[in-house]
Amino acid sequence: MSLEKPSRDTALDVGVTEDGLDYDALADLLGGHILDREEHLNAEGFVIRPDEVQEVLSTLKEEAGFDHCACVTAQEYDDRYESIYHLRKYNDPTQELSIVVPSPKDNPHNESAARVYDTADWHEREAYDLVGIDYDDHPDLRRILLPETWQGHPLSQDYNQDQPQIVSLREHANPLEDDKRSEDDPDTMFVNIGPHHPATHGVLHVETVLDGEQIADLEPDIGYLHRCEEQMCQQGTYRHQIMPYPDRWDYISAGILNEWAYARAAEDLADIEVPEYAQVIRTMAAEMCRIASHELALATFALDVFGDFTAVFQYGIRDREIVQNLLEDLTGQRLMFNYLRLGGVAWDLPEPREEYFEKIRDFLDDLPHKLEEIHDLVTGNEIFQMRCVDTGVLSPEQVKQYGATGPVARGSGVDYDIRRDDPYGYYDELDWNVVTEQGGDNFSRVLVRLREVEESARIIEQCVDLLEQWPEDDREIQANVPRTLRPDPDKEIYRSVEGAKGELGIYIRSDGTDKPARFKIRSPCFSNLQTLPEMSQGEYIPDMIASLGSLDIVLGEVDR
Amino acid sequence: MSSDQTPPAARDVSTQEARMGDGADDRFNSTLREAFGSTPFILTKFDKFMNWVRGSSMFMLQFGIACCSIEMIHTYAIKHDLDRFGSGVPRASPRQADVIIVPGTIVSKFAPRMKRVYDQMPEPKFVVSMGSCTISGGPFQEGYNVIKGAEEVIPVDIHVPGCPPRPEALIYGVAKLQERIAEGESSPVTVKPYELEQFGDLEQDELVDKLASEIDEEDLVMRYNWNDSP
Repeated sequence: MSLEKPSRDTALDVGVTEDGLDYDALADLLGGHILDREEHLNAEGFVIRPDEVQEVLSTLKEEAGFDHCACVTAQEYDDRYESIYHLRKYNDPTQELSIVVPSPKDNPHNESAARVYDTADWHEREAYDLVGIDYDDHPDLRRILLPETWQGHPLSQDYNQDQPQIVSLREHANPLEDDKRSEDDPDTMFVNIGPHHPATHGVLHVETVLDGEQIADLEPDIGYLHRCEEQMCQQGTYRHQIMPYPDRWDYISAGILNEWAYARAAEDLADIEVPEYAQVIRTMAAEMCRIASHELALATFALDVFGDFTAVFQYGIRDREIVQNLLEDLTGQRLMFNYLRLGGVAWDLPEPREEYFEKIRDFLDDLPHKLEEIHDLVTGNEIFQMRCVDTGVLSPEQVKQYGATGPVARGSGVDYDIRRDDPYGYYDELDWNVVTEQGGDNFSRVLVRLREVEESARIIEQCVDLLEQWPEDDREIQANVPRTLRPDPDKEIYRSVEGAKGELGIYIRSDGTDKPARFKIRSPCFSNLQTLPEMSQGEYIPDMIASLGSLDIVLGEVDR
Repeated sequence: MSSDQTPPAARDVSTQEARMGDGADDRFNSTLREAFGSTPFILTKFDKFMNWVRGSSMFMLQFGIACCSIEMIHTYAIKHDLDRFGSGVPRASPRQADVIIVPGTIVSKFAPRMKRVYDQMPEPKFVVSMGSCTISGGPFQEGYNVIKGAEEVIPVDIHVPGCPPRPEALIYGVAKLQERIAEGESSPVTVKPYELEQFGDLEQDELVDKLASEIDEEDLVMRYNWNDSP
């Protein structure tokens, strides 16, 4: 049974008990490093000194098994700055711990965690960029989302949004003028790929240094679609104004999955119970989104690796159109659904219900045949195999170091799926499997997505069965939620769901008003993209393009 | 030729029918050919002809920014198939494209690059702005990093509203553009509030002084005066 939790490494189980983590045991492990303990809704927070970050985190990683640094949240209070490292375990993400690092208001700085968790590198750069905290001993502390010439840190309290800014084109200097980037090897050549390039899946800019046709060095440059999602969410009210934005993070039709991330965090924050009927509808709709998203991932991947605009690409889009029609019937929109509400969903299934169920069943009946066609065209194709088998290899250790999740982690054999490990919605009542592949190469990642489509179809089928038999007088689609939500001040929560690309987490801190004081998005693509240099070093350019395609990033979610 | 056959000229045929001839397969007789009637010549202005040609065969730039580009992909692909309207050949290089669809939010870091891409397209070039973000910044209008519409940077011929617009709406927008091109209309190319210019040419002020050590005089920059944005 794959729904069983993987076996644990008992040596690293400090404080693990039958009913959750025993934080006292963890506190004993850290001893005098802990200044204070905070209660967050998802876990306890240990407050530590800003110059002991590396020591504390490496103890927790080496001796207590916290191998997943899910997110780094930075924020400014009236009297201090604060960085929160959200730690979890790949074996069991319900074992969580927040490490809270305060730093002084006048010169905010604390020790970097990038030497312990590689993933903290980018997360801390983002924190520096948007909030303005300096991380000592960080390997390369520069702006990451905003242009390098930007003035001020936009999510800090005294930022003036109306001040003029100057942005230069310097990153795109003509490579021919200065193509010998590396001093030791005069033969290297610098090439800009993107941000306008057909193979970058959006507006990604990859700075590559080539040695012949092989990649000597590579750096993804992001921020070309940084549209202030966190600021937008901090300006909106919990009840209605935030929900439209999640649709636009991962815009590849994964709207409901994203909405669910916000819904789950906010519902737990405000203590709202969602009716079961609504949970089943959510589960069904979310899996439809997952199918649509994976279909596009496959279609564009085929486009990347064998320039196939005619067959596989169109097949993928054809199947997506059907799913999008189903979702449109349900939500009224093709792409930006805005269907979930805090406490349930916006409205019931479309009438006549039988007709809608029949449409879904037709789609599910056709799906195995369509997948077979795609397997014939893609995974069974010799050219495809030559391009994908054993290229872009990512080891399980690298996956964990970079906090990669979703199909990228599962393609490397890391058995991690929030739907099973930290259940929400109706997933734990249904019969389905978590798909993993052991290869860790581009081929495995594609295979994981294709097999996940089958699993999603199984989930949808069971949901349809459930919905068909649901008694008519028990179809409660929304819980009773106050018109204006004002969660108690200073409640903090980090909650995640399994989005199409991986662990999509939200951190919210309330301040007693009807708007969040801090709204932080943990995007799976942001962490997944960090693995690209590891996968491409020494490979050929076309293999790098294939690796990029198999990561299936979406820039709206990378940049937010 | 045997004598019992009636010569064609002796039959009662119109000039048009004669021009079409018996020999030619019916399939070759298009509506256009029927419209020409008896004469193989058209009398028109060269400009008018060129505009008709331009509107009937447009090469689109393959250009994706954000959410709208997903609907744009659907417009190009199966089911909606923009190619049916003579405008569905996506070109990867701006040097081969006539039309740029701007599908998504433009942020401060991207605007100079978009301007660069637009500048590289050969004249005459046309712009379809897709979605609310390219009209006003859309849902992200209040963002600290968001350009309030594509028209701050490049001239736009057709705006297609929606968040995102349905593929049908985009097709309608492109068809409208074709109509306008065929009639010889296009938006005037004017100086936009945000231009690419050399850093040395910027007016001296506090910000320019501050950045003087970081940016070369000759570097191309774009200066955003957010206060002047609509």
